[in-house]
Amino acid sequence: MTQVRFLFRRIAFYAVTAWAAITMNFLIPRLMPGSPENTVLSRFQGQVSQEQIDAVKAQLGVSDAGILSQYGTYWKDLLSGDLGLSVSYFPGEVSEVIGQGVWWTVVLIGVATAISFVLGTLLGVLAAWKRGSRLDALLPLTTFLSAVPYFWIALVALSVFGVELGLFPLTGGYRPELEVGWSGEFISSALSHSVLPALTIIVSSIAGWLLGMRNMMLTTISEDYVLVAEAKGLRTRRVMLGYAARNALLPNISGFAMSLGFIVSGSIVTETVFSYPGIGFLLYNAVLNNDYPLMQGIFLIITLMVLFANFVVDLCYVVLDPRIRQEA
Amino acid sequence: MTATDTTADAAVPPARDPGPGREPLLEIKGLTVDYGEGAGAVHAVDNVDITLHRAETLGLAGESGSGKSTLAHAVTRLLRPPGRITGGQVLYHRRAKDGGPVPPPVDVLAMNPAELRAFRWEEIAIVFQSAMNALNPVHNVAAQIADTLRAHRPGITREQCRERAAHLLTTVGVPAARMKAYPHELSGGMRQRVMIAMALALDPDVLVLDEPTTALDVVVQREVLAELVRLREEFGFAVLFITHDLSLLLEVADRVAIMYAGRLVESAPAQAVYHEPEHPYTRGLVGSFPPLRGPRRELTGIGGSPPDLRSLPPGCAFSPRCGHAFDRCRRDIPLLRVPPAAPERLVACHLDDPDGGSDAT
Repeated sequence: MTQVRFLFRRIAFYAVTAWAAITMNFLIPRLMPGSPENTVLSRFQGQVSQEQIDAVKAQLGVSDAGILSQYGTYWKDLLSGDLGLSVSYFPGEVSEVIGQGVWWTVVLIGVATAISFVLGTLLGVLAAWKRGSRLDALLPLTTFLSAVPYFWIALVALSVFGVELGLFPLTGGYRPELEVGWSGEFISSALSHSVLPALTIIVSSIAGWLLGMRNMMLTTISEDYVLVAEAKGLRTRRVMLGYAARNALLPNISGFAMSLGFIVSGSIVTETVFSYPGIGFLLYNAVLNNDYPLMQGIFLIITLMVLFANFVVDLCYVVLDPRIRQEA
Repeated sequence: MTATDTTADAAVPPARDPGPGREPLLEIKGLTVDYGEGAGAVHAVDNVDITLHRAETLGLAGESGSGKSTLAHAVTRLLRPPGRITGGQVLYHRRAKDGGPVPPPVDVLAMNPAELRAFRWEEIAIVFQSAMNALNPVHNVAAQIADTLRAHRPGITREQCRERAAHLLTTVGVPAARMKAYPHELSGGMRQRVMIAMALALDPDVLVLDEPTTALDVVVQREVLAELVRLREEFGFAVLFITHDLSLLLEVADRVAIMYAGRLVESAPAQAVYHEPEHPYTRGLVGSFPPLRGPRRELTGIGGSPPDLRSLPPGCAFSPRCGHAFDRCRRDIPLLRVPPAAPERLVACHLDDPDGGSDAT
């Protein structure tokens, strides 16, 4: 019963947060100087008539109506999935442009983040359990890799494995001559294109998971319940995973959720270096081309993803930590 | 212990350890535990001999840092680095199997990991000081009892685990309905009861209680203690009861061993410790709490502060705080011996030592 109530309270909380975020998303572009129709029309260097201006404004959905009625229209369009037209991919619809890019990002960065999290956490568990052994060498090594700027690692990887050794392709998400679909050829091409971006992400982010998990493990290992588990004659693996790691995992889980939320925005550098057709690359282009509708759409997606990831973590916490169910 | 008991004990020839001639269960011999290595090593437990007999309650008392908890952890091989067992034996005498011969004692310190895992909890279970931290906060009570059962009784069914958990909880006075509760949903006293139930899960022969009631308030402390005494009568396990609270120990223990600076300084029947403590340190401990019954006496306490294990004085570690110390105390470490007047006890003190400096070697 308390769990159901907890769930409803969380849902209400996220609904309010989402509403606030969406409203901000509506307000911010309207508070900024400049307007989208001027961006389009500037290409014509003033050689346009009033009718043409009105036509472009109508096409872009720019309205002269009061702010409240615009807000109403904004919600109506949003709920029907209409995010307006992109300026830089004109006349493509923002929702379509994002829809093409978002899966590349979610799959690439999502899988890389998940691998990095799982691997880093497991290594952290081991490093803490066998502290003082050779595994301790992981700490300076991974910390070094995460301290080096990401774009530099990415460029080095690209030049070594892509240019010098020729093992992996240099740019893009797949061979451009292939049709996007579920064919084996396309999937293998997409996979080989994703290896370098994924590897560089894992290498540069694993230290965070490893260090966090190791430190939490060291705290839980000295807890009495771990000693009791050992005294009970449980197998070492059960003590390590079921008692020490199980309790140490909780802070890392919330870190993982945060990073899931930032998959979309965090991918900008990766996708720019590797010219990967994901949403970070889109955002980069949108900023370069003053493509407000596209930016707005991407920000909206980022916001919703952060909220969604947080919600999922809240649910995970309910399952993982019985103490949460009573509080909040 | 009544007067007749004492006479009976006196009839037994004074052995190395003048326990009342009962069957030994856990023999600790020359146990030494160091913290750290090399020249900077600290002897937290120094050459301790102590024997726990079957169905006996042995109290181990001493102030903080005297090595009593380290001893308990060493006996169960739960010491964490930098703690290291550097010498001694812990002999465990298994019970004879249905009419068979008594198996030879096993050395706990020499067991390999698999033997040790099988030995733990099956033979020696431990109840720690703080039940708050001794129970895993993310698993419910039944699950924590069940994983003990599953580790030692492969093939046990889920239903059997549940029944056993319910039975154990009822035994220690926790309603079986609470078995789905998580530790944070239980009071301190309840948690300690759950801990005790868990300790009894495999019907061990030895229960080590490491300050089991220290974290509880006085009323709950009473209840838990009464419960422990009742369970001991019912199940007949032996108890190694570790506490700094000597007054508590004198009530529940058959025999009391006093530790100071990692060494055993006195071991005697509880009543003897209370009425005529032999060692000056024991005298100080007994004099530092008011008697519950009988005539009033003056509280004395012990002057000075606990010893620094890194720089113990030569000779008797207690000599700087001892009102009776003489030259020899500051020179020779006193060994445990049976005082002529009291054959049922062991004392490590040069006072009233009849045979001059013979044990100074």
